[in-house]
Amino acid sequence: MSTAANTPAGVVAGRFGAYGGRFVPETLMAALEELEHAYAEAQADPDFHAQLDLLLRDYAGRPTPLYYAQRLTEELGGAKIYLKREDLLHTGAHKINNCLGQGLLARRMGKKRIIAETGAGQHGVASATVCALFGMECVVYMGEEDMRRQELNVYRMRLLGAEVRGVSSGSKTLKDAINEAMRDWVTNVRTTHYLLGSVLGAHPYPTMVRDFHRVISREMRTQMLEKEGRLPDAVIACVGGGSNAMGAFFEFIEDKNVRLIGVEAGGRGTGLGEHAARFQGGSPGVLQGTYSYVLQDDAGQVSLTHSVSAGLDYASIGPEHAALHDSGRAEYVSADDNATLEAVKLLARTEGILPALESAHAVAECARIAPSMSPRDILVVNVSGRGDKDMGILARELNLKGA
Amino acid sequence: MPIRFASKPGLVVYLTAGDPDLDATREIAVAAIDAGADVIELGVPFSDPLADGPVIQRASERAVARGTKLSDVLGLAAEIRKVRREAGLVIFSYYNPVLRYGLERFCKEASEAGVDGVLITDMIVEEADEYLKVLEAHGLAPIFLAAPTSPDERLARIAKASRGFVYAISRTGITGAQQTMTGDAEQLVKRLRKYTALPIAVGFGVSKPEHVAALGEFADAAVVGSAIVAIVEASAREDAPSSIARFIKGLRPAVALAR
Repeated sequence: MSTAANTPAGVVAGRFGAYGGRFVPETLMAALEELEHAYAEAQADPDFHAQLDLLLRDYAGRPTPLYYAQRLTEELGGAKIYLKREDLLHTGAHKINNCLGQGLLARRMGKKRIIAETGAGQHGVASATVCALFGMECVVYMGEEDMRRQELNVYRMRLLGAEVRGVSSGSKTLKDAINEAMRDWVTNVRTTHYLLGSVLGAHPYPTMVRDFHRVISREMRTQMLEKEGRLPDAVIACVGGGSNAMGAFFEFIEDKNVRLIGVEAGGRGTGLGEHAARFQGGSPGVLQGTYSYVLQDDAGQVSLTHSVSAGLDYASIGPEHAALHDSGRAEYVSADDNATLEAVKLLARTEGILPALESAHAVAECARIAPSMSPRDILVVNVSGRGDKDMGILARELNLKGA
Repeated sequence: MPIRFASKPGLVVYLTAGDPDLDATREIAVAAIDAGADVIELGVPFSDPLADGPVIQRASERAVARGTKLSDVLGLAAEIRKVRREAGLVIFSYYNPVLRYGLERFCKEASEAGVDGVLITDMIVEEADEYLKVLEAHGLAPIFLAAPTSPDERLARIAKASRGFVYAISRTGITGAQQTMTGDAEQLVKRLRKYTALPIAVGFGVSKPEHVAALGEFADAAVVGSAIVAIVEASAREDAPSSIARFIKGLRPAVALAR
């Protein structure tokens, strides 16, 4: 299967319209080329797919349900709402799809040391999990601010046998963790695979990570046709780097009647540094290996960002989203911290489902647009992860009473 | 000015522009040239220096915090050029500040400032078509990095695209001083020689006279970066130029004696 042919806006592999490409230190080029070839070989190998499919089914718990959220639908009083339950996957988020795929690839390449970055900790936990499963060494870089606010995931990673290295530079969040992971990779590139956790970075990562998450929209499509006999009117997903959104959007890109709605982190304000809405205040630039929208100042220095959710708190966005944005095929909106916290409560109390703060951004957009839609309209929200990890933040922000 | 290495081994000195401030960088650059540096690399501070070790990270952070911009670095280059006509001047940057400034505008102004060459850390030959065109139109030398991990076919492309000199990275890793040099550098320079007659400068981890002497056996020049930036960091502002001059003279005792 040719990845280039499946890239809607792309002409060259690794390019999505003008975006994407490879902007890395030369030292990494051999490793990126090795990875690209290994990935192409794996894609052509039925054994690889068989191994991955088996793990996705028996270990991760795929397919995930497409659930009709009747009480949420009634509460909002408009469009019929379905939830794609990626939160039910092993480790609690969609991230495991990509980690199993890249873990198998690392094994094929004979690399026994894995490094990863993490924001909310979900990719770190999924990486630590896969390394435990495959008997590989695992080092996870995580900003100190994120370690503090997602402490439960730090414990999980350590229990799983991973080494968690705190990063104290910059804003001590996801961007800084990626910088540090890249520094490790450039140093240990001969023995180490960088298990990048989103549709970011240099080619082949944005294409490869998207492909490992395509299973989300593939299932969604089949399940929707089974349940409703037609495709949804809109698919809504939160967008940090954008991996769950690319997975949820991809199989619908050719279906022009399906609206694709990405929800960025609106944070606590519209000023630079107060949010992570790259399409509202960002401009094209190169960060961490790829050309995409970047929140930056006039001198090209990358801005600090803020979001209540660590997983969306990032200054750039996957290059394929940049192309989908410019072509108008996908729409990008933002939900602020307050709307997001309200959405957590809404989903918890109408459906008994506690979404991750990241995923709650998508729920917030659903709550905003569903009431004005017709009951004949169908919305699918990708619930990319579960909110157990966020209990500390939620207890504080929602004034929950404890012991 | 074409980039030339007057003595062997030649010396390339990297400075993070704007650390501790722009005037200081100018004085340090002039002192470095007078002490024997053949080429000055003016590092454009960037918020996310992912190829750099802690020393240059800290320097970048300080310079960014002071508001040092690419336009300031171009102004600094012009000032250095005004007072020192012979030394090579190279702008050393991550790509984003250049992209934001505008590649065409950057090259035009760099050329007017008397800059000789440009090195972009995260620019690889495959992405460089437009970049090479614009640099060439303005008479600027593109300098590319070659790594120990680069296979021969990449080295051939890197050598072909480079002007001025080729920058050979001594080892896999980020910038920063280390005690000993590995054997990677010599192997890399040998492989590169097959594809180019340009001078080859070796950098990353070069911090001692022994390193420079050892590199002199097989390479045309040494690049000293983090070791210099660390001295600037540790020196009082007014002492930095003389400290750097002393350090540079000490790196090549034989060359210093002959001058």
